Amino acid sequence: MSANVFAATDVSGGQQALTTILFLSFVAITLFITLRASRATRTAADFYAGGRSFSGLQNGVAIGGDYMSAASFLGIAGIIALYGYDGFLYSIGFLVAWLVALLLVAELMRNSGKYTMGDVLAFRMRQRPVRAAAGVSTIVVSIFYLLAQMVGAGALVSLLLGVSSDTAKNLTIVSVGALMIFYVTVGGMKGTTYIQIIKALLLMTGATVLTLMVMFKFGWNVSDLLGTAAEKSTDPEGFLEPGLRYGKDITDAAGNLDEKATLYSKLDLVSLGLALVLGTAGLPHILIRFYTVPTARAARKSVVWGIWIIGSFYLMTLALGFGAAALVGPKAIIDQDPAGNTAAPQLARVIGEDYFGTTGGTIMLAFIASVAFATILAVVAGLTLASSSSVAHDIYANYVHRGEAPEGTEVKVARIAAFVIGGVAIVLSIYAQKLNVAFLVALAFAVAASANLPAILYSLFWKRFNTSGAVWAIYGGLISAVGLVIFSPVVSGKPPVPPSTESPSLVTDPSIDFSWFPLDNPGLVSIPLGFFFGWLGTVLSKEHNEYKAAELEVRSLTGVGMEKASVH
Amino acid sequence: MSNIQQDSDRLVAMQNSPEFARLRKAYRGFAFPMTAVFLSWYLLYVLASGWARDFMSTELWGNINVAYVFGLLQFVSTFLIAWLYERHMDNKVDPLAADIRAELEGEAAR
Repeated sequence: MSANVFAATDVSGGQQALTTILFLSFVAITLFITLRASRATRTAADFYAGGRSFSGLQNGVAIGGDYMSAASFLGIAGIIALYGYDGFLYSIGFLVAWLVALLLVAELMRNSGKYTMGDVLAFRMRQRPVRAAAGVSTIVVSIFYLLAQMVGAGALVSLLLGVSSDTAKNLTIVSVGALMIFYVTVGGMKGTTYIQIIKALLLMTGATVLTLMVMFKFGWNVSDLLGTAAEKSTDPEGFLEPGLRYGKDITDAAGNLDEKATLYSKLDLVSLGLALVLGTAGLPHILIRFYTVPTARAARKSVVWGIWIIGSFYLMTLALGFGAAALVGPKAIIDQDPAGNTAAPQLARVIGEDYFGTTGGTIMLAFIASVAFATILAVVAGLTLASSSSVAHDIYANYVHRGEAPEGTEVKVARIAAFVIGGVAIVLSIYAQKLNVAFLVALAFAVAASANLPAILYSLFWKRFNTSGAVWAIYGGLISAVGLVIFSPVVSGKPPVPPSTESPSLVTDPSIDFSWFPLDNPGLVSIPLGFFFGWLGTVLSKEHNEYKAAELEVRSLTGVGMEKASVH
Repeated sequence: MSNIQQDSDRLVAMQNSPEFARLRKAYRGFAFPMTAVFLSWYLLYVLASGWARDFMSTELWGNINVAYVFGLLQFVSTFLIAWLYERHMDNKVDPLAADIRAELEGEAAR
């Protein structure tokens, strides 16, 4: 086995062909399902909310599909493989976050909203300002997330198929974009939900097979697995403990502890932890999943199913990450991708070879690679649906036409919006390829936690909350989160890591440094700011609609007057 | 059904009624304290990962140290709270909500 398991020259024709065939079969099946779903998509409720007729279990699996992105599958496995324990911090934040969605948001949202996050935020407010704000933050969060996923897809294909030309990467981005536009415009929420379900089942199967193979190899001795992984790592002492990647102890050139830098590094860990745990319940593509079931009770069941699925998956990423560290080794992983994103596919190949010889390795790699593509495709479809729904329902129907859009035009606008957003995402992703955009996922979570969550929680639980408060919370949180990131080391001023002379920041020229905010993640400051602005905006305005507030509270808790499932 | 939404006075009266107060309390009485519990428990874990490194790296069984057990306990508590919440809502809150809904929808039908 060569150290560089799949450098361009090393990817076998067989594996390339097999990955392509498996992936194309996934595409063929999903296209077929999308076309079938399109026949059952007649009304706006069908297009936006899948007719509200999915069961709790179906939607629970789909929640898993929408949520477990390539960042969590490939990214977390990679972080664990390279930095050990710290990858685990990520998965715990991603999981615990679901309790916020379950206990405070899912059911009340299902009872009071219709198609978008904006429905709940604008329920008892003056429509136009809140609709506009909800639309803006939905689109910003979704586009950030979308860009990160699509650029990732371009990079992934070159690694997994062994083609590294710019043309191949661009072609991948264009095809991923074209497919997601097709899924959304043709299949609507119904088609997209089935795609999430298939993808979640594939991903769980892939992760389970790999986990079982790793655990069996180590005789189900977890301590042994951890020990082997640590021995192979670059820092056997610290590998199994927190602190290799987040909250690092930073020493200066003389080897003394730099207390200020260390404190910032640890505060950054807290900031990331907060954004992860509070962001999920503010992600628009997750929130609209609650509308796809008939009742609040079904929404509750679906989140509980989602928690079981997502939790089991994150437990398995431990086996994948430490398995990759132990069996592939950090050198081979870094050779392939310095960020570690190919650790899981590399593990698939090595362990497949170990059990079943070269052919086994080829098959396992091809399978996991196609699962990774399916993962990306499903997540981008969910994001495109969320943002185009918001454009059509929040901006077009309720902002532009003040709730009186000409009959039947709204869904048409949603489809056109999916085209435009998809097109913009394709073009931006092609240009963003050379940039380090991995931070965009964390930024999407930070904006969701700082802008959307305060507005949602105040809307649902604070009687006094009003239009001005909602608008201040959303724009205040959004501008704080994005603004702080612009002036953080993520965008400029990180010192180059030798031997590279380029800065790992977005601006790679190390002589340009306009950063003054010391943390990579803005959450620690921007989340409290979002809540603060929501409060301040509220108390500065006398407006208060007692009747609508009563209607929202009674409706959110009892389901009186809620949107019913459509009957076909 | 649409006249329900228009009949705002009735909803304000319901919002101020003792039976709605019972429903609100049944829901919030579980959801709010439990949210405080799991957020503090999670925050404690994050803070320990940053500032209590010696404690976290104490080995318990072989290479398995406190940090892993603490992390796994976050999974356990998440599963447990989700299950407890579902049970609480099914048994204690749904019946109250159904009664109020039936009352409001019955009045509307009259």
